[in-house]
Formats: sequence, structure tokens, C-alpha cells
Amino acid sequence: MMNSKRSKIRWSFLVFFIPVFLWLTLLFLLPNVELIRLSFIGTDYYGQSGATLGNYTVFFHEPIYWLTFTRTVGYSFVVTFVCLLIGLPVSFYITKVVGLRLKGLIMTLILVPFWVSEIVRVYGMILLLRETGIINRILVGIGIWKQPIEMLYNDVSMVMGIVYTATLFMIVPIVGVMDSLDDSLIEAAHDLGANKLIIWWKIIFPHCMPGIMSGCIVVFMLVLGNYITPSLMGGKYSLWFTQQIYNQFIAYVNWNRGAAFGFLLLTISSLVIWSALKLTGQKLSRVSGVVK
Amino acid sequence: MKLALSVREITKKFGTFTAVNQVSLDVEDGRFFSILGPSGCGKTTLLRMIAGLTEPTEGSIEIRGQNMVGVSPNKRPVNLIFQHLALFPMMNVEENIAFGLKRRGESNPAIRKKVETILERVDLPGFGEKKIDQLSGGQKQRVAIARCLVLDPAVLLLDEPLGALDLKLREHMKVELKNLQAKVGTTFIYITHDQSEALVMSDKVAVMNKGIFEQIDTPENLYYHPASSFVAQFVGQNNKFIGKFEKDISGSFFVVLEDGQKLQVNSVPTLKPGDRVELFTRPEAMMINPNPELSDINVLQGKVNSILFDGGNSRLMVAVGKLAKEVIVALPQNTLHDHIQPGDKIKLGWNTASSVCFKDTGVKTYDEL
Repeated sequence: MMNSKRSKIRWSFLVFFIPVFLWLTLLFLLPNVELIRLSFIGTDYYGQSGATLGNYTVFFHEPIYWLTFTRTVGYSFVVTFVCLLIGLPVSFYITKVVGLRLKGLIMTLILVPFWVSEIVRVYGMILLLRETGIINRILVGIGIWKQPIEMLYNDVSMVMGIVYTATLFMIVPIVGVMDSLDDSLIEAAHDLGANKLIIWWKIIFPHCMPGIMSGCIVVFMLVLGNYITPSLMGGKYSLWFTQQIYNQFIAYVNWNRGAAFGFLLLTISSLVIWSALKLTGQKLSRVSGVVK
Repeated sequence: MKLALSVREITKKFGTFTAVNQVSLDVEDGRFFSILGPSGCGKTTLLRMIAGLTEPTEGSIEIRGQNMVGVSPNKRPVNLIFQHLALFPMMNVEENIAFGLKRRGESNPAIRKKVETILERVDLPGFGEKKIDQLSGGQKQRVAIARCLVLDPAVLLLDEPLGALDLKLREHMKVELKNLQAKVGTTFIYITHDQSEALVMSDKVAVMNKGIFEQIDTPENLYYHPASSFVAQFVGQNNKFIGKFEKDISGSFFVVLEDGQKLQVNSVPTLKPGDRVELFTRPEAMMINPNPELSDINVLQGKVNSILFDGGNSRLMVAVGKLAKEVIVALPQNTLHDHIQPGDKIKLGWNTASSVCFKDTGVKTYDEL
């Protein structure tokens, strides 16, 4: 009796544990350990391979690498911030202003573009913005511009493209927490003399902080590791660090340096998330929704 | 006496639905005023209009003589205690109470002093550092009250704040709220669907139904002299008899019940002989086996169906004649009536002056037979 019960528990435990374990080891742990190992290996002039820090030092010695890196991190911050600026009012509108029926409709409308792959969405943006694109044709057609203007292949259009592909991941978690904000808290603050700015600052922000942080983290990681949008919309002067990594692996077949660069990207994203959580006094378990 | 609040013919429509219909009320400074009504009668809408959270469709609101229409809630000298209190969970008790004072730009030492004083006044000294979720139901209640009172509002609005508490605490808070109001002297406007809360605490009560005030009066008058059939049924418990209003040769008035029994009543100027009427008698006005020598009493023969023992609120359910509805009779627990058993035949009597009569409107307060 006791034995059969115990073995039952063990079986159900294994059923859930094995997929998680395999997932983590095969897809995350092993490749990353291998990447770290690769990143510390280099070949010298004589073709002899051995342990080295060279893959990392080259990053700091070649401005093209660390400039691309800082640019990528900087623009990731910008995109995250722009997504937040868009996400907050949109979430507020969805949760607190419109009725239940419209809310479902708006959420669907926001989700619809994500039914197609990112590459199709980016080509959609390109169709709009390029020299022979729809916007140019309309504006030239009605005579506002004398001749078409190239709006693609610069930083602004690239940031626009990334914001477009990432905003959803900001809106969804913020809508989640804002939904749980009792309307009467907002009314109570208003009743006690607070204006709209104070209500946002003292009531809505603190309440939504876990959702805001999880939105920011997801968006930041997605943007930092994005490859398609910067490649298609950024043009030759808008290099993204993922393109550097791609080049190392594919163009130069330098897996060691590629691994080192990949590991640098992982380090910076972990560091940024950790310090953001520390700064805002949030816990990872709360932000990721494990503990309410 | 100065008016704290004056509402004139205020109306609120939501689409085609009229939630509040041409309601007027005046509340004098320092009074405890209650608005009593069933859920959905428009009392919360009325309160929200006074607080400024809902704009009236028409009508005017004056607080201490100043017109409030178009003034946003943060600029009105009224504060609202929400049904679920709406304490800010992201702040501790002190920050909650200081919230309104900070918005007024008062200095930090002044704020700290005021918060301390008000916490003592609501019997929570030293609770400033506590988090909201560390407080019990009654303590949260008092923090919510303190958060509003510290702003010294002209009128404090309370939206059924005791609804979420359990029975014992509710009974306790009833008395405490009344005492607190007497102590601070702020005008309270309290809305509730619980007639006992309204009767116990208030100086005056407005009974509201379907967007209008049925009666504004003292608790005693509401109970003993209801102005409408609705008030008679909603405030306290009442026995309802339906019959025909008649006048006999001697000039006295009667209600003839469906089964032919006659009940004597006092004259009612608004009723004509032949009208269908409702007659109400309180359970505690019923005498069990009354002294036959008494004059001016109605006597009915009945059979005890059941005894509902509820301590001081014990009642008899008595079947009378062929009437479909049982008559409820208060059963005093003074050992005089201990002999009564279910199935016993008893006489019920009441003084004609203790019943009231209204034209039958078909108003029901619950799904009765």
C-alpha cells in the first residue's frame, strides 16, 4: 500500500521532471558549456590550438566590435523605453477605458500581425517605407514631396521596425498587471486630491511594476538578440552585434571568436536584467509571474 | 443650522436607464445621514455624483453653499470611503493617511503630527509602519476612515463600508462609527442596504427605491409612520394583509380581507371605500391571546405552524383563516409563552392604531408569494 503510493508519486514526478531536465540540459546547458569552452580556445600562428583569452581581447582591441556592441546595447535600451512609452497608455486604454467587448477586439487586433513570421512583418514595413513604397507614392502623388525619399536603411527606420515587432511583448504583461489594479484605488487617489500625474506615479506605476519589469526584460532580450530586423531595415551603417556574431560563425568560420561574442552578449543581458531588478527592488520570481 | 450638503433635483441616466431620478436632499452640518435602499436602487450612483466620480445628467450639488457641478473629485471638500475601502497596498498605514495631506502640499512635520493624532483618534496608535495586509478587517476600516478624516472634509461619504465584515464585527463597528461621528462632528453620509445599520447610526434616513426617495425622516418615524408601502416593507419586518377598504354605517373604517374577515383601521385620507389596500402590522405589535376586555383591537384566530427560535428575535409563524401567507408574530422570551407548541390554536390581536394602510401598489421587496 505504502509502496505503491510512493512509486505513483515518483512516476508522476518523473513525467514532469524528465522533459524539463532534457530541455534544460540538451538545449541550454550543454550548448552553452560548449560555447564557453570554445570561446577560450584559439589557434596560434602555427595552427596549434590551445587555451587563450585572445577571443575576448580582440573584442576590446578592435573598435568595430566594441562599438557595435555598445551601439546594440544602447539601441536596445532606446527600443525598450519607446516600447514602454507606447505600452503603458495602450495597456491603460485596453484595461481601464474600453469595455470588455472592445478589449477583446483590440487585443486581437494587436495580436493579428504576430500570426505571420517576423520576416513577413519586416517586409511589410519595407513595402511601406521604401523609395517606391506606398507612403512615398501617396505623398508624391498628392504633391507634398517633389520626389520620393528613401526612408529605409537608417537608424530611425530600424528602431521603428524593432519597436513594431517588440511592442506586443511589452503590452501583454502590462495589461496583465493593470487588469488586476482595482479601479477604486484610482478613484480613491483622485478623491483624496491627487491629479492624473500623481495617480500614475504613486498608484499605477508601483502596482504595475512587476509587469513593467517583465515586459522590459522580455523586450530588451528580444531586441538585443534580434537579427532579422536590423539586417533587413538597418542598412550597412546600422550594424547589430548579432550580425557580428553571425559573421564570425558563417563568414569567417571562426567559431571560437563567435562563441566569445555570443557569450559577451549573454553576459551583458544578464547583467542588465540583474541591475534593473536590483534598482527597482523587484524579485525575479515576482516579475516572471512565479510568485504573486 | 448650516447646510453641509444640498442636492437639488439631481438626475443620472445611463442610456435609457434612469439610475437617479430628480432626487433632492439637504443635510445639516454635523449630522449622520443615511441613504437606505435595496441593491440597484441608485444609492451608489448618487454618492458617486456627490463625490464627483460620476457627472450628473442634470441637477445641482452644493457643498457648504458652493456649486460643485463640473468640479473634479480632487478639488471637492468631500471624501469617499469605498465599499472595499481601496487602501493603497503599495503604501504603509502612515503613507496611506498622509496621501491626501501630501497632495495639499503640507509640510512634513505637520503631516507627521496630523497622522499621529488621527491614528490615536481611531484607536490605532503606533500603527503607522504597518503594511495594509498586516491589518485585520476592523483595523483596515479604521485606517480608511482616518485617511479621509485627516483631510477634515465638509462631508464624509461612506459606501457600505461594513458590508465586507463578519456579523459580530459589523455590530461592533456600527456603534463605533456612530461614536466616532459624534466625537469628530464631521457630517457623515452613509449608504447601506442594511436597515439596522441605518436605523442604529443615523440622525436621519432617506429610503431610496428605483432612483427616487420614498421618505426622508428620523429612524423612529420611518419605523412607526412609514410614508409608503415600500418603506413599510423595507424598513423592519412587517405583516402584509391585502384587502378592500370599506366604511360602515357608524363611520369607522375596515379592511375586508380576501377570506372575508374584517380588520378595523384608522381613517386614511388618501383612501376611498372600495380601494384595494395593503395593511401592515409589525410582528411585535401582535398580542398573543389578548385580554378580551381591550377595546380598539383587531382579533384573528390562528394556528401555530412553527416556532422559529432565535433568542430575542424568536417568532411564531401562524396560519390565519384561509390566508395564503403566514403571519409572523414576535415571541418574547419572558417564559409567558413557553407553553405554545406547533399546532396550537391561538388568538392574535393588535391595536388599530399600530397598523398602517396603503393603496395596493404591488410593490414587493423580495420574491414573496
